[in-house]
Formats: sequence, structure tokens, C-alpha cells
Amino acid sequence: MSTFATQFLKQARAMTADLRHRRIIRTALGNYEIARDQGRSSFQDWESARQLAAEMKWEAVNHLDSYLEAFTAKIEARGTKVHWASTGEQAREIILQIVRDKEARSIIKSKAMTAEEIHLNDALENAGLNVVENDLGEFIVQLRHEAPYHIVFPSMHLTRCEISDLFQRELGSAPTNDPEELTMIARRVLRKKYLTADIGITGANFAIAETGMISITENEGNARLTAALPKTMITLMGIEKVLPKLEDLALFLPMLATMGTGQPLTCYNTMYGGPRQAGESDGPEEWHVVLLDNHRTELLAEAEQRDALHCIRCGACLNVCPIFRNVGGHTYGTTYSGPIGSVITPHLRGLQDWKHLSNASSLCGACTETCPVKIDLHHHLLQNRRNASAAQPSFFERLAYKIFGFIASRPTLWSIAKTLGRWGQPFQNLVKGSALDPAKAWTQTRDLPPLAAESFKDWWRNRK
Amino acid sequence: MTITLFIPCFVDALFPRVGISMVEILERLGHTVACPEEIACCGQPPFNSGYWDEARPVAARVLEQLKDAEAIVIGSGSCGAMVKKFYPELFTNTPQAELAKQIAARTWEFSDFLASKLEVTDFGAKFPHKVTFHDGCHGLRELGIKQSPRMLLANVKGLQLVEMAEAETCCGFGGTFAAKFPMISTAMGEVKCQSAAETGAEYIVSNDSSCLMHLQGLLSRQGKPMKTIHLAEVLNHR
Repeated sequence: MSTFATQFLKQARAMTADLRHRRIIRTALGNYEIARDQGRSSFQDWESARQLAAEMKWEAVNHLDSYLEAFTAKIEARGTKVHWASTGEQAREIILQIVRDKEARSIIKSKAMTAEEIHLNDALENAGLNVVENDLGEFIVQLRHEAPYHIVFPSMHLTRCEISDLFQRELGSAPTNDPEELTMIARRVLRKKYLTADIGITGANFAIAETGMISITENEGNARLTAALPKTMITLMGIEKVLPKLEDLALFLPMLATMGTGQPLTCYNTMYGGPRQAGESDGPEEWHVVLLDNHRTELLAEAEQRDALHCIRCGACLNVCPIFRNVGGHTYGTTYSGPIGSVITPHLRGLQDWKHLSNASSLCGACTETCPVKIDLHHHLLQNRRNASAAQPSFFERLAYKIFGFIASRPTLWSIAKTLGRWGQPFQNLVKGSALDPAKAWTQTRDLPPLAAESFKDWWRNRK
Repeated sequence: MTITLFIPCFVDALFPRVGISMVEILERLGHTVACPEEIACCGQPPFNSGYWDEARPVAARVLEQLKDAEAIVIGSGSCGAMVKKFYPELFTNTPQAELAKQIAARTWEFSDFLASKLEVTDFGAKFPHKVTFHDGCHGLRELGIKQSPRMLLANVKGLQLVEMAEAETCCGFGGTFAAKFPMISTAMGEVKCQSAAETGAEYIVSNDSSCLMHLQGLLSRQGKPMKTIHLAEVLNHR
């Protein structure tokens, strides 16, 4: 078992026992579900919208090379510098080089999961820079020295009181339980940071090949300020973010907002087409776009799971996942948690190290059912299991299945097994749930039903 | 019609009443019921754990036993999904690929067979209790069965169906998942039992004994009065 798997089990045990945490998440996601359903009902035909979105993404992902080239040509024509990074390390190095060239000291950063993926903040801080996250949720988890809990709601695991305590401790603010006041405290701190930052770093929700633009969708206006105030802007985005046409956003922006937060549209939707042009009064003087591969092309090469690159990071699959809802986001130990994380992390970070995430699923399919771009999520978990077992089977597990299959397919042996089970069960009951119990994994929390005195097949044979 | 019942391993050993109820219901409707004794397991545990090479010989024996069956009925959405949805995938590019597809097309989950194929929804059953229905995920999402069991329950005299919050949320059984990740499985089951209890129902009814085994196990251990019962037993209750 990989160390990541051991850590997952340990954390899952702790989190499932934390009833308060489970209640907070269930309440928050219950509210999300109401808003999401309301939002979805404003689509004339949600299933057709999903189908269309899946087809648009299919087109983009299956012709990624040409759309990326078109995007790059357009955006460079307006003076943006595009960088191609094959690995996370290369992306970090590209960004550090820009930072060195600009002799930057402080960086303001809006929300970007790709930056989490490549641990960009650590790299920048190690190079002596001051980096401040300016999405409110990200700002909160940064103050706690934590990773985001959820790809859309980074601090959903915290209550107002906990945030108030944190602000008192870290920012010296007065105690308050009022969300608006808490927001104002963060805002006062952050506004100063925007004005003094040398570089602004953003992510991207979509990139448009047709026009050479990136689209950022947000609720706080923080990404706009990140793009508008510092002299240099850096955008880090995964290569799968590209869409063919500007009009595609007419579907994707409401879809992302609906499934992400239950809003018809997020409060701010901005398109960025280049740095400040001649005659313009604002915007960054320089804009760098870093296109990140980091194993995405390997996923692209796998026809069976290529649709995982359709993901628009709305978080809807996390929200409906009963595993996520009970173990929480941090337990996964990955940037991308929940079903999509369990599907792609083995591809991004190694199948044998991360296969436990694909196993930690009841394969209920709620994720696949909700996914707005129709990624076949739970079947991909099954395929990851198949690939992991084929490459590195567990000797005992394989033997157990062989023996069980052999017995269960042979009536006489199956009858004998049932009889032996009936004899053995009273003894097993004596050690029920203890370390001696072979069925301990089940019986620690659950009773086992008794083996029937007369099985169905006995009954069937007797009546004939 | 001759109806071939596929009795899953755990139903055979642990819940024979489910199989017996199915036989009695189908025979009362005038059908001939067959039950190949060679079959116990559909191969789902190794399949879902990724051991497809170990699952294939088990599934191949099932195909062999069922190859001449006119209609195959399974009282479990989960094992039903295995045969109907995953056998064709498991046997892709093998000599049995065609047979797997044919058998899949002739296989039905029990409640859906009654409501959609036979189009019978009233069996003269009486079950004077308040119940809530749990949708097993495989039946619901792999096979798309949602209305059939409810149509059948609607005609049971004395039965009051109260839908629970999150009726479509997984109960946490998930086959080998229940043993590999017992803490998560248990937490999910607790949520389900709580939702069910909030309806004030006396019984959780489902078309999948595997979900019910997990839920009953939790309820019994926690000393809760609520009981679980398979749909077939409710429909056979007079």
C-alpha cells in the first residue's frame, strides 16, 4: 500500500468519525443542491445542454493541437507572451524567471487550481516572494496554511466563528460573526496588497481559440483587480481549457455558474485579450500566458478516458459524491478531490500510488449523472481499478477471487461452503467485531445476517 | 413464458425468502420458472475490484447456463447491471462477445420485468405498513429503473410509501468497498438510515438485497427498530 493510501485511510477514519464536520458539509451542500436545482430549471432542456457541452468539449479536446495553435497565434498577435510548460517544474521555472526579470517582491494571486497543482506558491515563497491569495476562500485557507478544501469552495469546511477567530489571530481584527463584516476585514487587507503588488497571477476558466482570449469567471472582482492593477500579469492554465469559439461561452458560462454555485451567472465575467494596447488607459503592461501540460497529453492519448479532459472544474461531482461528503476534501491529499480527482490523479501522479482513490468508491454513479459535460466518471474509476490490478495484482486478492469463483460456479462445492458457513457462524459470533473475527471489516459496525437454515437452492431442490 | 431466475449468491445463502417470493409471484401469474443450479455468482466482486481476468471465467459459466433462456430475471439491480451492462464490456473482443450481448438483451431486473415487460403491477399483495423506498444505485443509474418499483408498491393494499430525503443517495454498500473502506461505507449507511428514519417508516424497501444487508446490519447493531425488506417479499405478502 502506498504511503498516500495509508494516509488516506487514516484521514478517512478520522473524518468519518467527526460528526460535526459531516454535518457542516451536508448542510452546506444541501443549500448548494437547492440553488443548483433552481439554476438548472432555468435551462429550457438541461439534458440537451449537457449533450451539446459534451460535444463542444469533445471537438476541442480531440483537436486540441490546432485549437491551441490558433489561440496562441491570436493572443500573441496582441503582444501577449505565451509559454509552453510540459511539466509543473517547467511552469514554475518559467514563472520564477519572469519574477526575476521583473525584480518582483510581492505577488497578488487570484484563484487558480493549476497553481495548486504545481505548488506554485511554495516555489514563489521559497524564492523569497510575498504571495497573497485574494479570493476570499483562498485567502482564508492561505492564512491557515492549508490547501483548498474544495475546487470551488476552498474554505467551505469552516464556520463563521472559526474564520472570525482566524482573522483575530492573524489580522488582529475585532471579533464578529457577520459574514459581511468578515468580508470587509479581508477586503481592507487585500486592497492594500493590490496596490503594492508587482505581479498579478490568475488562472483561466476558458480560452477561446477563435479570438485569442481567456475568460475568467468570479464573484468577488478579485481576478479583475489582479489583472488590472499590477504592471505584469501572468496567467497559468491547463491546455485543456481551450474552446473553439467565442459563442461557446454562451453555454459554458451559465453552465459553470449553475453547476458550480447555483448562480445563473457569476457576478463578474471578464474576457482578456492582451496586455495594455496603445491608447488604452489601463491593464497590465506585460501579459504572460503559461500553458501547462503536466501529464494532460498522456490522458489525451488514452481514448478510453480522454473525456476526463472535458472537465470545467465546476465541482458538481464533488458536491453530490457521498464519499466526498463523508470524508471531506483534505482527506484525498490531492489538488483535485472528489470523483474527478479520483479519476485524474492516478494519471497525473501515478496509478499505483493513487489507485486507492479509484477503489474508495461505491461506484454509485451520482457523479456521472450530474457532470455537465458528461464525463463517464464512475466507469473511469472502474477502468483505473482494472488497469491497476492488471499491472500490479495483489496475490491474495486474486487468489481469493479465483477460489470464490471456482466454488460459486460448482453446486456441490457451493453447498458444502454454505454448510461449513452455517457451522462456523456461531463461533464467528463469539468473536464478532474483534481482531479474531475474519469478517471484522464488516462486523465492527454492522451485524451479519445469519446463513439461512435452508438456502434458496435447497428449497428449490426439495420442492422439485 | 418460461422465466429463468438468476439467484445471486448472497440471496441464495442469506435471503432465500427473496427468491422464493419471486418464484411464487411468477408462478401465480401462470409462468414456468426455471432456475439453473450451476449459477451462484455473477462475477461482480472480482470485476468491480479490477480483476477482470478472474471475473471472466465465472461470468462465462453464467453465459453458458443462460444461453437458451427466453427471459432472465434477477432480483437485484446490482447483479442485473452486471449481466445487462457489464458482461458485454467484460467479453469485448472475446469469442463470447455476441452471446454476452444477446443475454444482456434478454435480462431484466425483477421489478422492471413485472412492470415493463409483463406489464402487471397488481399482485393482490397486502402490506399494512408505512415504508420508504431505497433506490439501489446500479438499478437506478446503470439500468435507469426508478418508476417500476414504485408502480408496484402503489398497488399493495395498506402500504403507505413515504419518500425519504436523498432517496437516490448511495447507501454505502458498494460490494467490496464495504469491506475495504468500512469507515466510509458505515458513514454513508448512517446518513441513509437517518434519512429513512426521518420519514417515520417502519420498513426500508429496496429491489436490492445487498443494500438492505448493509442497512439492516447497521440498524440491528444500533438497536434501531426499523426493518428492511426486499420488494419481492412485499409483493408476495398477503
